[in-house]
Amino acid sequence: MSAQGTILRQDTAALPNGSGAAAILAAGIGSFAVAVLTIAADKFVLVKNLFVIYKPTGPLSGVTTGAIVLWLAAWAILEWRWRKETIPLKPVNVAAFLLLGLSLLLTFPPVGELL
Amino acid sequence: MEITARSLWTLIHGMGFGALYLLACSGAIVAIYRRYSTNGQGLIELDSEFPLGIYLAVMAALAWLTVLSGTYIVYPWYRAVAPAGVANLAEFPRSLLLSNPATQQWHSIGMEWKEHVAWLVPIAITTDAVVVIRYARDLKYHPQLRIALQGFILVSLFAAGIAGFFGAMLDKNAPVEGGQTIHLVQGAKQ
Repeated sequence: MSAQGTILRQDTAALPNGSGAAAILAAGIGSFAVAVLTIAADKFVLVKNLFVIYKPTGPLSGVTTGAIVLWLAAWAILEWRWRKETIPLKPVNVAAFLLLGLSLLLTFPPVGELL
Repeated sequence: MEITARSLWTLIHGMGFGALYLLACSGAIVAIYRRYSTNGQGLIELDSEFPLGIYLAVMAALAWLTVLSGTYIVYPWYRAVAPAGVANLAEFPRSLLLSNPATQQWHSIGMEWKEHVAWLVPIAITTDAVVVIRYARDLKYHPQLRIALQGFILVSLFAAGIAGFFGAMLDKNAPVEGGQTIHLVQGAKQ
């Protein structure tokens, strides 16, 4: 460190990557949940009715709230399991971006309707 | 010069929160790329991650404000069902779009995609903000985390772009109108 304390020389990571891996995979899971719940609400009347938690917005309120709850739950569980671990990040990234890509694709109505 | 309350909220949602988010994306992409792409010496300025963390946190706040105002303020006006016998559908944008075969797809593809894909944006950018704030200087030593951060911003830009494009086109074809009229500038007497 310099005399002014403005520069730090650091050679190794101080934090394991587990927390980051948990956040990244959870984001993929949460995004995928948006797509899965959207399709479920579209295909099944019972699910659609269950998702109406704010009537003016309709089933979209339940779909998005459900997905956010699943995202945060997945994040909390993964953080608890991985926070002190060093995780192989490449497969985590691949899984997360696969889930994100599927979410973009499956929320596109012509694709979602094919299922 | 006047505007209706519903139009004002649509403006705040799209041209305010949403457009600001889209503009901020390019800044975040450049900031993360420049910060980690050139210096391989492990020399990092103290506190240098703080402004980036704040920047991403503000982007996350904008993303949440955009989807929440869209879903819970503007969308209920958009999807309101027109009472039977109403001929003028100007205050019922969804019904107006579905009443004409030439505009039906703006709802069935445009709005149906927009209302869901937009929610990927706050998920992705909140993740980025938390990871940058948590790891700060340590991000230098986690190249795979940095790849994920860049990828998430690009995905969020793409998803926000889809939502923004369809939002603009929907507003062009069937604007959300109604509510109290707000007079912005009083017109001169003729």
